[in-house]
Amino acid sequence: MLAYAARRTLLAAPTLLVLIVLCYVLMYFSPGGPFTAERPLPPQVLANIEAKYGLDKPLHAQIWDYVVAIVTRFDFGPSFVYKDRSVNEIIAQGFPVTLTYGSISFVAATLVGVSLGVLAAVRHNTLLDFIAVGATFSAQALPNFVMAPILVIVFTWQLGWLPGGGWSGGKWEYIVMPVIALSTSFMASIARITRSSMLEVLNSGFIRTARARGISPAAILWRHAMKPAMLPVVSYLGPVFVAMITGSVLVDLYFSTGGIGLSYVNAALNRDYAVMLGVTILYGSLTIAFNLLVDLLYAWLDPRIRY
Amino acid sequence: MNSRIAPTAALACAVLFAGHAADSQIHPMTGEKLAENQTFVYRLLDEPSSIDPQIVEDVSGSDIVRDLFEGLLNQDASGNLVPGVATHWEVNASKDRYTFFLRDNAKWSNGEPVVAGDFVFAWRRAVDPETASPYAWFMELMSIENAHAIIKGEMPPESLGILALDEFTLEVRLSLPLPYFAQMVTHATTFPVPAKIIAAHGDQWTRPGNIVSNGAFVLREHVPGERSVRVRNRHYWDARNSIIERVEALVINDDSLALTRYFAGELDRTAVPAGQFPKLKTEYPDEAISFPRLCTYYYIINMSEKGPLPLKDARVRQALSLAIDRSIITKSILAGGQTDAYSFTPGATAGFEPPLLASGLMSQAERDRIARDLFAEAGFGDENPLEFELSYNTSEGHRKIAVAIGQMWKQKLGVKTALRNMEWKTFLESRSNLDFDVARSGWCGDYNEASTFLDLMTTESGYNDSRYSNEEVDRLMAEAKLLDDPTANYTRVEEIISTDAPIIPIYHYAGVFMLGSDVGGWPIGNVEQTWYSKDLYKIAE
Repeated sequence: MLAYAARRTLLAAPTLLVLIVLCYVLMYFSPGGPFTAERPLPPQVLANIEAKYGLDKPLHAQIWDYVVAIVTRFDFGPSFVYKDRSVNEIIAQGFPVTLTYGSISFVAATLVGVSLGVLAAVRHNTLLDFIAVGATFSAQALPNFVMAPILVIVFTWQLGWLPGGGWSGGKWEYIVMPVIALSTSFMASIARITRSSMLEVLNSGFIRTARARGISPAAILWRHAMKPAMLPVVSYLGPVFVAMITGSVLVDLYFSTGGIGLSYVNAALNRDYAVMLGVTILYGSLTIAFNLLVDLLYAWLDPRIRY
Repeated sequence: MNSRIAPTAALACAVLFAGHAADSQIHPMTGEKLAENQTFVYRLLDEPSSIDPQIVEDVSGSDIVRDLFEGLLNQDASGNLVPGVATHWEVNASKDRYTFFLRDNAKWSNGEPVVAGDFVFAWRRAVDPETASPYAWFMELMSIENAHAIIKGEMPPESLGILALDEFTLEVRLSLPLPYFAQMVTHATTFPVPAKIIAAHGDQWTRPGNIVSNGAFVLREHVPGERSVRVRNRHYWDARNSIIERVEALVINDDSLALTRYFAGELDRTAVPAGQFPKLKTEYPDEAISFPRLCTYYYIINMSEKGPLPLKDARVRQALSLAIDRSIITKSILAGGQTDAYSFTPGATAGFEPPLLASGLMSQAERDRIARDLFAEAGFGDENPLEFELSYNTSEGHRKIAVAIGQMWKQKLGVKTALRNMEWKTFLESRSNLDFDVARSGWCGDYNEASTFLDLMTTESGYNDSRYSNEEVDRLMAEAKLLDDPTANYTRVEEIISTDAPIIPIYHYAGVFMLGSDVGGWPIGNVEQTWYSKDLYKIAE
């Protein structure tokens, strides 16, 4: 298993390189550039700025410089739009924010989602099941861009309990609404996957055998059914975790958290190549890492899997 | 010639000095009772790209820079020039040499005096290719001697036409006579910066903790994408007369959400989402405000070789312009106090009343009739419909206007307009590559004088996206720079472009926002919206 993990880690490097080159080329050929503006810059001013950022060099030289800076100095370059900040700083400021509200959302979504799903499966076709299914469907039908303004109207304007946005270094009252807005639909998906997977497991042969042997329902659930039922949930949770800790554009946008999710989208719209690439590499590395983690978890959950 | 600043301004200062605004609870000028908490909180649409005076390029960044730094001159609530670091200035007879006299009590926030050399350093920095300022063009626009050559890298920054005659006297040499030059030194690009601090911290000198500034406020906190907080600068020369203690700018991208937070009492000022002004004005008459701004929304017609042939016919262009019922756009779509535009220069521009062009005086029915005649004369109509693309960048507002205008053209002239919606940067690229037929555009004045608009119509202007070229316009605009009163020239240019129709003016902007009824001193009469937090105050409720 260690050899497997090592092999996968080694493979990550070329994957990331391909990702960088692909992104860079796509950005390079997209119309407009970081300095295209409503009021076009005089050619000489533009030339000075492009020279400052090395954008006057040919494409392959730009990519080479970029990769070399990352490998040798772990330097992702300066932002072309926010002139006094580097990409490293933008990530260092924005990532902890999304990591915080993302992790809390992940834990909340997983705990509530799994419990709700298991409960619905165990009480299959009862009122409880219907309520749980109804709740998850409504939660999924309420996307966060609808949810966020409603939360602000209720908790900020009407009740005056919570601040309508901001982060303030991560005080709890600033975290509550982003967590609710981000976790609801994931919670619903987790509950639905858990429920259907648990139902399948509960109806399988080895559970029937266990029942026949007179094992208590609680022991069947926890000792026998839980692990296999979690397999599809875990494969869903890997990418979800990455999606959550790298933030949601909408949560960042509505709650002005200063998180990395919005920076990513703004970077693409502003053609802020360096920020765009820096965050892409962060997303890429995290995705690779958590996919690996999920694969390793599989082996623990299902003894039949060998690496 | 000696341009002393209006004596009323000096008198106002004297009255304020007597008042000790900060200590008392009553506003010294208006007599209003002041609130205990003098914090002003306003909403920013986006994170400003910079707060470095020579780098800043967006409006919201410039608003912050004007609080943190102070240039030679400031504007008052009506946009008139009032003393800043300079108390007064002189200009020679040929209007190409300006001398500014600086006050000796202006200080940086570290207590050091602000001297003429600080301006020399800042202005050289703005044109230095090493700084790569996106606003270096503003120095060219100011016609400062050698600015163009320095930006091109042909001369050293030290050769710029700015000279410190002594610690408190600054001389500026221009390559052209510029009667409105003094207007331009209220712009952020011309503000002084502390050389020593920049040398010590490099690009990071604008961070809280590093930054040293000479304005009425200092930067306390800055969390990108979230908030920026500035507090009173005790070293500011006029600190005793400013009332606001703390200013917070919160980044909120969504208009509607910002409005909700305004209602929740978290903001003192926010934008009104498009179309909501009439409703808000009825419900909150004291808070919903609208006033004219120095900006024009217009369509440009591609007259270059790449443009469609039929649009090269002035009759066609004029017909297209006449057939647009502006009042539908200003009254029904925008509904925020915007005004119909028939001239390129907004009526709010100082010192120039745009001519009442024939097209503006007619009724819409008359305009439509003439438009149809012109169109028929040019050989177009229902049997031979004109077809072209109308490009705009993604925005609900632009889309609504384009749809309405496309319909008007279709109904009145039988034009088949294909709407082409583009992402912002893609739109800019295709517009500058002349890859369009008709495209949306907007222009806000860089200074309050008609040439900031009409210069765009000259052949060599970098912003003449129609590629319109008319020798008479070029001559009139060049001549205007030398005249004491260029109004006649501007009037003639407006008349020419109204006939030639290289652009179709649609409406003049309005500033539309919600402003807390307890906020005093907002400069509603300042069409450039050059506001200074030091002039604001919170009234006790």
